Amino acid sequence: MRLGYPTSIKIIRVPCTGKVDALHIMRSFEKGADGVYLVGCREGDCHFERGNFRAKARVEQIRKILDAVGIGGHRLQMYNLSSSDGPMFARFAEEMHARILEAGPNPIRGAVIKQKKVQTDQNQIAGAAL
Amino acid sequence: MIVADKKPIEEIIDYVKDYQSILVLGCNECVTVCEVGGKKEVGLLASALRMHFLQQGGEVNIGERTLERQCDHEYLEEIRDNIDHYEAVVSIACGVGVQFTAEKYQTKPVYPGVNTLFMGANEARGVWSERCQGCGQCILAISGGICPVSRCAKRILNGPCGGSTAGKCEISKDIPCGWQLIIDRLKALGRMDDYEKINPIKNWSTERAGGPRKVIREDLKL
Amino acid sequence: MKAKTPSKLEKILASGNMAVTSECGPPRGSDPEGIIRKAEMIKNHVDAINITDNQTSMTRLCSLAACIRLKLMGLEPVLQMVTRDRNRIAIQSDILGAASFDIHNMLCLSGDHQNFGDCAQGQNVHDIDSMQLIQTVRYMRDEGKFLGGDAIQRPPQMFVGAAANPFADPYEIRVPRLAKKVAAGAEFIQTQCIYNLDKFEDWLSKARDRGLTEQVYILAGLTPMKSAGMARYMKNRVPGMDVPEAIVKRLADTPKEKQAEEGIKICIESIQRLKEAKGLAGFHIMAIEWEEMVPEIVEQGGLYPRPNVD
Repeated sequence: MRLGYPTSIKIIRVPCTGKVDALHIMRSFEKGADGVYLVGCREGDCHFERGNFRAKARVEQIRKILDAVGIGGHRLQMYNLSSSDGPMFARFAEEMHARILEAGPNPIRGAVIKQKKVQTDQNQIAGAAL
Repeated sequence: MIVADKKPIEEIIDYVKDYQSILVLGCNECVTVCEVGGKKEVGLLASALRMHFLQQGGEVNIGERTLERQCDHEYLEEIRDNIDHYEAVVSIACGVGVQFTAEKYQTKPVYPGVNTLFMGANEARGVWSERCQGCGQCILAISGGICPVSRCAKRILNGPCGGSTAGKCEISKDIPCGWQLIIDRLKALGRMDDYEKINPIKNWSTERAGGPRKVIREDLKL
Repeated sequence: MKAKTPSKLEKILASGNMAVTSECGPPRGSDPEGIIRKAEMIKNHVDAINITDNQTSMTRLCSLAACIRLKLMGLEPVLQMVTRDRNRIAIQSDILGAASFDIHNMLCLSGDHQNFGDCAQGQNVHDIDSMQLIQTVRYMRDEGKFLGGDAIQRPPQMFVGAAANPFADPYEIRVPRLAKKVAAGAEFIQTQCIYNLDKFEDWLSKARDRGLTEQVYILAGLTPMKSAGMARYMKNRVPGMDVPEAIVKRLADTPKEKQAEEGIKICIESIQRLKEAKGLAGFHIMAIEWEEMVPEIVEQGGLYPRPNVD
């Protein structure tokens, strides 16, 4: 089909959206991702029966945390499609791309840059992880 | 095990908003099993706090550590050398862990990161329910192994009350009537005669009512 | 059975007469006028008046104070006491307080859970349960002692009652549970509101088979329905209530303005039928915020005039 989708999107392949841990999502945002979305199989079609429902529940949980800490839960989205549905995959990518463009950059990035300017080398306390 | 539940992140942020370095301290025991205070939850809370403070423009250092147990001296000692890197601790162990950490490190503010609820069992994936209130005088022998203290909303020792409907408690259709469970169990055991024995007034002095409790085992003391 | 206390209610029952009791709910305020007015309406038609104790966990004027009001009017109160709000100190203390005003009847209850009322965030006590409350009052009266073992000067002279709900679940323990209350020392029973007469008669006959009706006076609880809506609410919302569909339908088929009248009729018919039930000692008519109807129900039910004892 050779369908295009925005180049801003980096795909991470997982065996099942159920494999995506809440911590993976949180760390992505912490490291500066502007948006994260999960594309799972259609509900009811999970090869592992409930993997995509688990992912959905985690997305809901993390959205609340993102709202609470000011990143915005709308930067995280769960999608479902049939594995052969290329056009739908491209549409989700466009939709998410547009949403993130409107939302702007992850506020964490700006905050990190500002902070790095202030203290380039004295980050030893954080380094002194227990 | 001891069952706890999440605290709203906003509440935790409010506790620690004025600190520059915070240790998020988890526990490998009960709270890990009920997925609210183990290593992974330490990671999630630390990540959330970092994102929050970064945006506030603060230079807040968030440390992560999960101890084997927070209710034992030897494990809590493991952070003695590092604790001074932090101005405050958010413990996501049960209330016991929070307090034991606070007792041990007198000058360090320790905040609770979870709500500790009860002693319960893992009924199903993601479902925990209460089984014991630690009354200190176990009466399970007379009630067929089902506890009227923890499973009856009125702790009635001679139940059920008149509110038991279709096996459910009067306070909610989602809560089984503890006395219905006891009766079902006595029947299954062929011990319905026991139902008619009147359980005497209970001595609650071994429970919360008697003041803070302590067990001293001379045979185990060093 | 012979009367053991100065209770007028007990004397009437012991004399073999059918007793009639009713109840009044205290006001949600400190004005005693409501209690006095309600009592005036029914005083010639009932032998004793129960005063509820923060029923459905809504905070109200206390049962004991309202009972004292009745006593000052020369009437016969039944002090209802729930174990929800008092520990054993307060329970014994309130019993003595009641006894000091020569209140001679008490109904021992566990009480609705507080989450039904206006203090859902409050603690409940349940230091002892209703069964143990029966034991406690009997012990104070018969042994003349506090639970702690010390002697009571002028022990309370209480005629001790308990509630029974023949309709709560599980049904098979309803009679054993009654037996347990009798064994604990209950001398009279006031039942939950009865709408399913067949089931009640079955329960009563099973109680009779066990000889319980010889040991305890059973008063059948009746509450007239004001409307089909109330019947539906009782059927669906009130825990441990058994309202047959036929009752709901009978009220629903009656024109709205006549439903109250029909409700009274159902109540009177119930009395007429249950009067014949062997082992029944009387009626407890709970006309909720409808006390003015009690005289008519008692008269039409053939329970008037009330006997004189002393």
